[in-house]
Amino acid sequence: MAELETKTITVTGTEVACRRGGSGPVVLFLHGAGGAGTAVPFCTGLADSCDVILPDHPGFGASATPEWLDTIHDMAFFYLDFLEALDLWDVHVVGQSLGGWIALEAAVRATERIGRLTLVGAAGINLPDVKKGDLFMWDKETRYRNMIHDSALAEKLLAMPTTPEQDEIAIKNEFTTARLAWEPRFFDPHLYKWLHRITVPTQVVWGDDDPIFPLPYGEALAARIPGAQLHVIAACGHLPQIEHPAQMSGLITNFTQGGAS
Amino acid sequence: MKFTLFHLMPYAALDLKEAEKYPTAWLHTPNTLYDREAGADLYDRYLGELERGEDLGFDGIAVNEHHSTAYGMMPSPIVTASALARRTKNVTIAILGSALPLRDHPLTLAEEHAMIDTITRGRLITGMVRGIGAEYHVWGTNPAFSHERFHEAHDMIIQAWTKPGVTSWHGKHYNHEYVNVWPRPYQQPHPPIWIPSQGSKETIVWAAHPDRKYTYLQTFSPIKSVRKYLQQYRDQCEEYGYTATDHQLGWAVPIYVAETDEIARKEAKEHFETFRNKFLKMPIEMLLPPGYSSIESMKGVAKTKAQITGDITLELAADMGMFIVGSAETVRQQIEEHWKEMRMGHLLSMLQFGTLPADLTDKNMDLFANEVMPHLRALSADQEDTHMPGAQSATQAAE
Repeated sequence: MAELETKTITVTGTEVACRRGGSGPVVLFLHGAGGAGTAVPFCTGLADSCDVILPDHPGFGASATPEWLDTIHDMAFFYLDFLEALDLWDVHVVGQSLGGWIALEAAVRATERIGRLTLVGAAGINLPDVKKGDLFMWDKETRYRNMIHDSALAEKLLAMPTTPEQDEIAIKNEFTTARLAWEPRFFDPHLYKWLHRITVPTQVVWGDDDPIFPLPYGEALAARIPGAQLHVIAACGHLPQIEHPAQMSGLITNFTQGGAS
Repeated sequence: MKFTLFHLMPYAALDLKEAEKYPTAWLHTPNTLYDREAGADLYDRYLGELERGEDLGFDGIAVNEHHSTAYGMMPSPIVTASALARRTKNVTIAILGSALPLRDHPLTLAEEHAMIDTITRGRLITGMVRGIGAEYHVWGTNPAFSHERFHEAHDMIIQAWTKPGVTSWHGKHYNHEYVNVWPRPYQQPHPPIWIPSQGSKETIVWAAHPDRKYTYLQTFSPIKSVRKYLQQYRDQCEEYGYTATDHQLGWAVPIYVAETDEIARKEAKEHFETFRNKFLKMPIEMLLPPGYSSIESMKGVAKTKAQITGDITLELAADMGMFIVGSAETVRQQIEEHWKEMRMGHLLSMLQFGTLPADLTDKNMDLFANEVMPHLRALSADQEDTHMPGAQSATQAAE
């Protein structure tokens, strides 16, 4: 199995911790609000068939929190800079939750270097009739129990001890998430208007039991992005990369290799 | 020492049994539990209690701002202060405070405070706060920008009050091509500014700055914290190269006085515990949303979670100095002892709390005003007070 190697690189004057490993088509994985932690095992598996890049976003994990980071748009422009700085082309961007929102905001601005897009339980839009879960109101236990469909898995993950360093990173991640997503809550009211600009092949992957962004959010994104196809993962909450990693991995590699979206 | 009568105006008619279904009286408890007749009665009663504060000889009466909660029915302290403005004659009216960051257009606060200051011919104290964490959930304002917005709104309001003529403001959160607030404050350059806080190093460093010298008010905390933060403020002033006057320091605390210690505890118990354990209690996620306080201070929170969100009995609160309860003699002694250590020039007494009914509130107010206050007047009286309105006009009147 290919290992991910972590390096600190500087993009837009900001030091970011960036994991990379494997060979093949380039996959840039943009993690969710909880940080890169849940994506590491998944990306390590994915590195068997792809050149996987998993950065800690600015303001998350081991990356610096830059002065300029105020909005999701700052983050989107950062990743456009990131693709240029690493001179990446034809990249398959996989964005999960908050990372999906970043991917959407980047893609409506420029798809020049983006080859494909996979959105997993992505934030970014609002459906007035479909209430989202309020992540900020949930304590750690509630989060795990709500976000993971398989209650035995949720309890198992909750029982795992955390280090003080991990606890501090969790606070940091949450602070930056609030900065970007508190108000409006996990969406940009203007993004919806420009989703038609995403003309690269796009697939939308959603858990059928996502309590934060319920399935209609996935359906709406798939309907609004030209040619996008929706894949619903059964018996799955908000984090398919830990609940159904094989299925999600299959969807990504198949799509990367040019399979039908 | 100067005395201010502080009121939270809780929705004391709350069906407590029904409210038990919700984890907190903030935000989640639906307003279907609010009864408009009961609300009207309570507003009438509470405003009357504050008005009576003037007759009883309090230097000030004070109101504050909280949203979507039975804890206090004052989403707008502007409204309560305005209602008091024309029903009182000489007493200072303190808004403690207006939550600056919650306003998307904080120049409205410069206008509203200037209006009340003018209507009362200079009897207003302008308190500035960030609002507690729950406010950010209720109002949607991003807690990650709470500090930035507070400071920017403050600077803009001060500019509006002190820079004459037509100016402009261009900041990160607020932008105004024209800043030209009518009316100007009655007090010049502006009403005294007080900063109520639960204790924060950043707030103290900022409030104590020689350019500001704002009165720092420690609110509803264990006496250990009150002591610590008031001392921090004094130390900070020394660091800035000046000595704080006692009137730069205040302590806000619920107090209950009765005929004896035993009667006081018995009468207050249920109502105090409802205040603390029902009206005030909220989950930590609500109290401290991300970005509201520093990462450093959040690190310790998980450990003290139970302490912050757990229930507290009257006895424990009294031991911790979060609540002063007893006979007039006991209450006098305790305040005097605390004064000796802290030398706070201002005491803000909350004499109604939780479900404390009108008759007990009245008795408490009478006993406190008649049997406690007069004995403590001499404390800090030698200190010049530039932190209350009308200091100048009172001197003139005496002449």
